[in-house]
Amino acid sequence: MADTTTRAKLQWGLLNAVVVVFALIPVLWIMSLSFKTPATLTDGKFIPREWTLENYRNIFDTDQFVRALVNSIGIALIATAIAVVLGTMAAYAIARLDFPGKRLLVGVALLIAMFPQVSLVSPLFEIERQLGLFDTWPGLILPYITFALPLAIYTLSAFFKQVPWDLEKAAKMDGATQGQAFRRVIAPLAAPGVFTTAILVFIFCWNDFLFAISLTSTERSRTVPVALSFFTGESQFEDPTGAICAAAVVITVPIILFVLFFQRRIVSGLTSGAVKG
Amino acid sequence: MSANSTPAGADVAAGGTDTRTRGQQAAVPAQRANRRKRAPLSENKRAERKLGWLLCAPAALVMVAVTGYPILYSVWLSLQRFDLRFPAEREFVGLDNYVTVLTNDFWWTAFGVTMLITVVTVAVELVLGMGLALVMHRTLVGRGIVRTAALIPYGIVTVVAAFSWRYAWTPGTGYLANLFSDGAPLTERASSLAIIMLAEIWKTTPFMALLLMAGLALVPDDLLKAASTDGATAWQRFTKVMLPVMKPAILVALLFRTLDAFRVFDNIYVLTSGANETSSVSMIAYNNLIRGLNLGIGSTMSVLIFIAVAIIAFVFVKLFGTAAPGSDDGERR
Repeated sequence: MADTTTRAKLQWGLLNAVVVVFALIPVLWIMSLSFKTPATLTDGKFIPREWTLENYRNIFDTDQFVRALVNSIGIALIATAIAVVLGTMAAYAIARLDFPGKRLLVGVALLIAMFPQVSLVSPLFEIERQLGLFDTWPGLILPYITFALPLAIYTLSAFFKQVPWDLEKAAKMDGATQGQAFRRVIAPLAAPGVFTTAILVFIFCWNDFLFAISLTSTERSRTVPVALSFFTGESQFEDPTGAICAAAVVITVPIILFVLFFQRRIVSGLTSGAVKG
Repeated sequence: MSANSTPAGADVAAGGTDTRTRGQQAAVPAQRANRRKRAPLSENKRAERKLGWLLCAPAALVMVAVTGYPILYSVWLSLQRFDLRFPAEREFVGLDNYVTVLTNDFWWTAFGVTMLITVVTVAVELVLGMGLALVMHRTLVGRGIVRTAALIPYGIVTVVAAFSWRYAWTPGTGYLANLFSDGAPLTERASSLAIIMLAEIWKTTPFMALLLMAGLALVPDDLLKAASTDGATAWQRFTKVMLPVMKPAILVALLFRTLDAFRVFDNIYVLTSGANETSSVSMIAYNNLIRGLNLGIGSTMSVLIFIAVAIIAFVFVKLFGTAAPGSDDGERR
């Protein structure tokens, strides 16, 4: 009996190892490239022979990258904050209140989740040019909020349906005011859901490439994924590979941190929103 | 005091909706009777409705304003000759743009490439995703590590992953290109497409697996035990017990992944820029708009892609009926 369980454990261990390696190889590879010196960059070795931080130093010296990083962080944070606030309001209503038009809203959110984003690129390009929003932060924040809202609404309403709202009533029976009941009882219970949603929405905004490349034209609002694709090196003969890789690693770090610290939350957020939605 | 008292003063511009709702005074669920407010139920109900609309209005407005209006505007633009390089020649041309696009070989090549990528990646992802879901769900050791590792492809910026694959397959620089020594794989059509699909599959299999894992969690363990007591093999347990229970989750995952795959853009942009006829429909729509500055043709492609996605979604919903997402919302807890 003990024998079979060790064997089973070994087998699972092996399978797990395959999954982990498969998932990590491209990430490790781009990290490896970012630490290579220009001379060894093209040696095709997975592990750098000579390590250097020069690529990182170089990108942080250029305005192009630093500006893009500021844009990426600012735009993603603002869009996340707005989407989570609007999403929380709507999700609370969907989970807790009974009103006509609820199903319509859920349907609209579902439609937008399926919406081909490229279909919006042409009209938004023209509309934003006329409104003066083209190549500005709001010009990107608006479509991000729009496409993040279905995700936020589905995830949050799934969370809110699980919150034991009777506790609110119980707290009020015990003499708490409406505000106290909300602050002391409901908010702590709902906070993990809101937080998880914020992470998912942030990842979505952080990852976007299509809108960012279509609706921006200068460093004013270009985000890092777009700046990456424009890196060309100082001269025609300078290979931008090292710089691209270093920049790529920089914008991957927050994602890896999120995943490391909040794995459980992200999994539950993604699955609850998708299945119950 | 009660939650409903606050918005009662605020007025929602309901207009037509209000008259529609007055007709359907549905039976009030019993649990509402124990609300603290003493006012007649109907007033309580009306306050609840107002609060509901008030809370949903901002989200609904943003979503409709940023998608609804532009898509209609896109239809309008697609009926015009409108090239930003020659703005003076802007004129209404009816369906000419559609004729131009639909008789164009580039469009159909891109359409074929998109369909190929969609079908192959979704099929492979379904199989791999199911495997990964089983591993994440049932593994005896290191479940946290596997789940964390699997989330990295989901979370990572697509452009970053695409650059990683590009350098991996670039001769000289890359560890993979050196394994398959001859030639540069990203300069030939078949191998380029294969690499694009590989990058897509790597990136999105975890998402598929997570959705499937949620379905797996619904399979009752007792049922599996009972089946295995009755002598069902592992394969039989999988096909006869697990798959039927998971069907809704599988369909949701398939629908979302199919629509997502159809929009493929980032990977192609970075890996090949659409060289050697590897453009997807999103890619050529982007090229016509941003590189070609041809709003008329770009909008026409936007509308056509929108229609294609609508057809795919419609077929899914029709084929799978009640299993489609949204249709059972609210009933399931």
